[in-house]
Amino acid sequence: MTLSRKTRDTLSFWGFVGPFLIGLAVFAYLPIGWSVYLSFFDARNTVTPSVFVGLDNYAHMLTDGPFVSSLGTFSVFALFIVPLTFVLSLALAVGVHQLKFARAFFRSVFFLPFACSYVVASLIWKTSLFSGVRYGLMNTVLGLFGVDPIAWTGTVHPPLYWIVLVTARLWLQLGFYMILFLAALQRIPQHLYEAAWLDGAKPGWPVFRHITLPQLRATSVAVLLLNLINAYQAFDEFYNIMGDARGYPPFARPPLVYLYYTSLGSGGQDLGRGSAGAVILALIIAVVTLLQGKLFRFGGSEA
Amino acid sequence: MQQRNRRSFLALAGMSAVGAVAAACGSNTGRPGDPPPSTAASAGPPPSTSAPKVTLQQWYHAYGEDGVQDAVKNYAASYPNSLVKVQWNPGDYDSKIVTALQNSAVPDVFEAQVKIDWVRQNQVVALDDIIAPVKNDFSPAVLAAQTVEGKVYGIPQAVDTQVLFYRKSLLQAAGVQPPQTVDELIDAAGKLSKDGVKGLFVGNDGGVSTLTGPLMWSAGLDYLKNNNREVGFDDPRAATAFGKLHTLNTNGSLLLGAPADWSDPGAFIDGLAAMQWTGLWNVPKIRDALDEDFGVLAFPKLDNSGAPSVPVGAYGAMVNAKSAHVDEAKAFVKWLWIDQTNDQLEFATRFGFHLPARQSLVAKADSLSSGVGADVAKFVQENSHLIGGPVWTQQSNTALSDAVAKIAKEGADPVAQTKTAVGVAQAELKRLFG
Repeated sequence: MTLSRKTRDTLSFWGFVGPFLIGLAVFAYLPIGWSVYLSFFDARNTVTPSVFVGLDNYAHMLTDGPFVSSLGTFSVFALFIVPLTFVLSLALAVGVHQLKFARAFFRSVFFLPFACSYVVASLIWKTSLFSGVRYGLMNTVLGLFGVDPIAWTGTVHPPLYWIVLVTARLWLQLGFYMILFLAALQRIPQHLYEAAWLDGAKPGWPVFRHITLPQLRATSVAVLLLNLINAYQAFDEFYNIMGDARGYPPFARPPLVYLYYTSLGSGGQDLGRGSAGAVILALIIAVVTLLQGKLFRFGGSEA
Repeated sequence: MQQRNRRSFLALAGMSAVGAVAAACGSNTGRPGDPPPSTAASAGPPPSTSAPKVTLQQWYHAYGEDGVQDAVKNYAASYPNSLVKVQWNPGDYDSKIVTALQNSAVPDVFEAQVKIDWVRQNQVVALDDIIAPVKNDFSPAVLAAQTVEGKVYGIPQAVDTQVLFYRKSLLQAAGVQPPQTVDELIDAAGKLSKDGVKGLFVGNDGGVSTLTGPLMWSAGLDYLKNNNREVGFDDPRAATAFGKLHTLNTNGSLLLGAPADWSDPGAFIDGLAAMQWTGLWNVPKIRDALDEDFGVLAFPKLDNSGAPSVPVGAYGAMVNAKSAHVDEAKAFVKWLWIDQTNDQLEFATRFGFHLPARQSLVAKADSLSSGVGADVAKFVQENSHLIGGPVWTQQSNTALSDAVAKIAKEGADPVAQTKTAVGVAQAELKRLFG
């Protein structure tokens, strides 16, 4: 028996795509759906709840101090970290792009941290670079100038823990965004620059402003989007730097860390409220992303 | 992935997600110690040859001390009436257990501290019938950790506690007496801070996680009262006690940002701090490093209306209600944790510094007959309290630790912050009991 070509194609398609689709359904869509379902129930320590509570969990999460304040904190954090990451990674990319020698070496050097585990980096930041004792690296350097040891993660006035968190985050992430920009820079046709030069445009800021930046539009929008989502989904380095065995301080607590303790803390798993919080956070990320896409005309032409 | 050991268990007794810095202990369970000879004289009836034995699955978290794993395997192997397979669980054991209890018949027997939700969801079996003959042999706080609404769900295995360690020579040199009140502790910490040494180390968070309970108890209050139906710190004295932590955090006498956190003796041994709040489990390491140049104290009282205190935690042996062999599992728990007193004594005292869960065994423990061990045994007998407990929920805990952190670190108003935490805890109780 011979199958028609169309049938063969269809079979091949499902043969290749099917397993992944099943995986996606089982490990992504089903849990998301289940989470939405749980968010309408009193689901304490059970994933098969029976007490329907309507929007109570949502009301609680939105009037509950810790969750709302963590959303506020991380909106501010996003406003700060997104432009900073954008500018620094673009600057790195432009710098590496202009190198006449050892370009591959520097590209690798800046990209390598991205391959480092967040947990490992966090622990190095916490226990070595920014350790609060006199032999922590930063304190050793400051000690040379006669400064007393500073408790970096434990000082709230001024909030020095942000220095630890932000530097760890930048070190871990800049390389990745730099690579995206580098790829985009290498795609800009050289003849544009030549034409500009012939028209009398001086190399430097004018050319960068009128040729390079517009050519990077699509990449820039993607980097901004990824950055923003990342800021709201902060977890790893925060949890590992600020958290300890028994909990997390109320400062610099990302929404996901709060939800983690709510849903999975060993003081009882409140999956209803945790899921409600997760849905709220997902909606916020979706709305902000859509707005940003509209604002920057995501998918618009590169020209 | 961090290993955890028995010593860090107390760290969690409150509520943590697991993963206390067991690096704290510097040991992991990778290396089997010398297999100890099991003291289990085959106690039960001889195994019947007619019916096949059922197989029970027993779970432990990964204890840090060498030898524990072999010991518990030997105990299980010498049980005559069932085959008991021991599973050792490194990593986040507490989350693993909670997940397993929701929809799995495995494990049949496990160690944990009961939570009211487990009882509400019928996930664990009451063990009152097997503990009844020896119930009075357990100290009230240890038993309270396993009790929900009057029923006992776990047989306490071994007790851990935390105390204030101090360097005798440093106190002498500074002319400081071991502190008997919270104010004396603050004063001593200030006087002992000099020459690059800090007076006191109570954790890198400035004592929020370790001292919330002891500060409450120092004022004669508690997390909950009235049979867990009422918030126990709805009192201006709680705010006063929490306010003391702000003083400590702002007068420059606390060690903060130490490489290893409070559950590890490193800061104390390395001379970074003259006094440290840490676990009893660190006595062997501290003794090795400092010989007899250290003493221990309970957390001091706030004033004469309060009392000194130590927190206690104890994993209990529990039975999974979804087990296919509930009766056999209960029989095994009774055999090991009620009848086999020699094994219980060995389990608590041979591999690390812990207290047996039963008072009658404390008297038999050599390590507790004199010196620091005897002091601690006395604290536990007279002044022990439970951190949180089975009815104290994650939400209440987050609210309280947020409040104490804001008081200690930001100088927020203790009265207003305490009121906020009381409000959340009251709402949680209402949710639980209507």
